[in-house]
Amino acid sequence: MNKILEVKGLSQVYGPGCTLCFTSTGPEFETNICPHCGSIVALHDLSFDLYKGEILGIMGESGSGKSTAVKCLYFDQMPYSGSAIFYDESEQQPLFKLNPAQRRSLRNHRFGMVYQNPNLGLNFDISAGGNIAERLLMSQVMNYREIRERARELLARTEVLTERMDELPKNFSGGMQQRVQIAKALATQPPLLFLDEVTTGLDLSVQAKILDLILEIQAELDTAMIVVTHDLGVIRLLAGRTLVMKYGRVIESGLTDQILEDPQHAYTQQLVASAL
Amino acid sequence: MSDINFAFLDEYAKREIRRSIIKAICIPGYQVPYSSREMPMGRGFGTGGLQLTLALIGIDDTLKVIDQGSDDSVNAVNLRKFIEMTCPGINTTTCLQEATLIQSRHRIPERPLRADQILVLQVPYPDALVIVEPSEDKRKIMHGEADYSRLLVKLYEDIVKFDEITISHRYPTRINGHYIIDPSPIPRYDVPRLNNSEALILFGAGREKKIYAVPPHCPAEPLAFDDVPFRIEDFTDSNGERRACRLCGSKTSFLDEFIDEHGVRIYQCSDSDYCEQQQELAHE
Repeated sequence: MNKILEVKGLSQVYGPGCTLCFTSTGPEFETNICPHCGSIVALHDLSFDLYKGEILGIMGESGSGKSTAVKCLYFDQMPYSGSAIFYDESEQQPLFKLNPAQRRSLRNHRFGMVYQNPNLGLNFDISAGGNIAERLLMSQVMNYREIRERARELLARTEVLTERMDELPKNFSGGMQQRVQIAKALATQPPLLFLDEVTTGLDLSVQAKILDLILEIQAELDTAMIVVTHDLGVIRLLAGRTLVMKYGRVIESGLTDQILEDPQHAYTQQLVASAL
Repeated sequence: MSDINFAFLDEYAKREIRRSIIKAICIPGYQVPYSSREMPMGRGFGTGGLQLTLALIGIDDTLKVIDQGSDDSVNAVNLRKFIEMTCPGINTTTCLQEATLIQSRHRIPERPLRADQILVLQVPYPDALVIVEPSEDKRKIMHGEADYSRLLVKLYEDIVKFDEITISHRYPTRINGHYIIDPSPIPRYDVPRLNNSEALILFGAGREKKIYAVPPHCPAEPLAFDDVPFRIEDFTDSNGERRACRLCGSKTSFLDEFIDEHGVRIYQCSDSDYCEQQQELAHE
């Protein structure tokens, strides 16, 4: 198995931070606000490995730090501490030691991101095709016809009507916007894809189709993915391995089946039991 | 007038502008910020170009000032008068070949410039990225990383909507393979003449407080797609023939379109000096 990402001790603190932050927050204290300096410990000591073609689920309630983890890895924000190595073909990229240009290049060429809110991933002032073109243009594809062709293929692949590729995404339904976002993320065929609550807020039949699409893409392109969700159904369907987070800490990790069938931590038990 | 320094600006201001010019030449296409002094005219009336001219002009210089090709339009006349008044002893001319320093608004002269000439262009909006990114902080980062994909998306959207790139002036142009500049509102016809120019071309934005340059023999490449190349204005008429200037008959120059008193469209050279010289040549 080829390792694609290795994360070690990733932490994120919002606020001044102090030496007691990490020892006085977490699930055992039932808080992620440091009582000494008032900082929010959004994430502490997250470590995991991700292999080619694997889907890793990160599960937890709102504010548990799961989105923060993905945002750090996608360089939307820089972490407080920790390291991550991206194994890019033959090269090793220490993510948090790269300069801004290198980070941007990785974001544009090697990573894909699908946000919960299409507002963040798409530019609503340019057409759906233009959104995909933007990513292709970032990777120096400078042939108009080729860009059109690739955009059309990607939209067809994600089941967006190609006749609507020149329309503005704001005219699309939520599900369609999410598909355009996925098409945009896939434009450069990235080996690593981040999915942040992709199905939240969509109705059930649309959710099912998007999840199917994600599975197909994974099978087809062997893309490694990190799926962040609070939805047990999504985890059950997509993820091979799962991390359960609470108050910024990983409280349980392992094979998804194992976690869902035989949860060890009280919080996970409660989560699984409360699933509808 | 004796208490006003030669060329209006004090020597410190001139020195700052000259230093900015040198930096702009060293980093082709990079927008060098400068302090942009208050001038006795409104910002937006060519104060950027004027400050460059005043910082560069010496007693032995011959100056030509043009506004959209014409030596006689209001902006050109006013600027020329002001420079003549504040720089006693300099020569002014309308003839391109005689000029050593040319300040221009929105045109590059028709005839090729020489290595001993400097062209100063007045710039209203120096940053080509302003149409896609309102924050100057972010634009600076984008320039630094040569991150111009969003500008290219604009071109893409243009072709999708209109089957061609519809930018008529201020055509984004990549200088020396990195920075993209707004070449001031020159028509597309003039953009290829930035490339590998003999003369130094300077850009001054007074309101926006930026100076940038296309040094001599520097590549300047208008943005385009591989299969949708950049093209200049099309002056062919309905019979497929290139329109000619009604005064000098030139079929190669950039033409202005007018409607005459009978409501007929007429065309004539935008560069008045070039047109007059062509007419004189025809008479001989």
